[in-house]
Amino acid sequence: MQLALFLIFGGLAVAGALNLLLQRHPINSALSLVVVMMSLAVLYWSLGAEFLAASQVIVYSGAIMVFFVFVIMLLNAGEEERTTGSRAAYLVGFPGAAAIFCLLSFVFLSERKALGYTNIGGYLNHVTSNISEISTILFTKLLLPFEVTSILILVAILGAVVLARKEQ
Amino acid sequence: MLPQVPIAAYLILAAVLFSTGVAAFLIKRNLITIFMSIELMLNAVNLTFVAFAHMWHQVSGQIFVFFVMVVAAAEAAVGLAIIIAIFRTRETLNVDQIDLMKS
Repeated sequence: MQLALFLIFGGLAVAGALNLLLQRHPINSALSLVVVMMSLAVLYWSLGAEFLAASQVIVYSGAIMVFFVFVIMLLNAGEEERTTGSRAAYLVGFPGAAAIFCLLSFVFLSERKALGYTNIGGYLNHVTSNISEISTILFTKLLLPFEVTSILILVAILGAVVLARKEQ
Repeated sequence: MLPQVPIAAYLILAAVLFSTGVAAFLIKRNLITIFMSIELMLNAVNLTFVAFAHMWHQVSGQIFVFFVMVVAAAEAAVGLAIIIAIFRTRETLNVDQIDLMKS
């Protein structure tokens, strides 16, 4: 079950990410990013993070991607054109990304034994529910960072309104 | 016994997504697509947080993912407002033509 979920949705996530890279029109890239985020939500659920799976669907796929699609439609963005800058970026971009991937996968594979295996659903130490544990820590030990995020969101909303306002 | 998946497989999937995001960030010429590849990199890092939270049977990794989501939402709002402001003045989304700060 875990293996089937991992293979199906992991493959879907990689396909969506590659489609984001290969598509020329930004709206196609945005829709393939929605596929990536939905399949990551399923993977979070299979790792025992039900709250994060739900908030991934609501926050990322629901709010942020709708925002992206809205801006693409608003600006009426067309296909990106090939320029001399893109040729230089190809020369740097693919080797750089391959180097990062090789480094990360070397570290993960060499620590493969110590990392262990997954069980579907997951289980926390001495805890009945995932969501109650998250909310207990969030509203006791991490109350100050949680309140600071609300200020951050407020400042971001004000900044967005000021930046996108039409000049008189 | 059900077939189990090693945690290293999840981490390598996250590495694939992250390096795809890096490649898209460097190769794409459209400002909005570059912004989307940043979101892809944030999502890849979130997957490693959840995998490590699963490994240690602790909830701290999941709480950190929650904070990353909040910061990503704030960043998306401000970044897209900046993109709209740039498009108003320069009438383009191509990063090769947005070189105002280049001397």
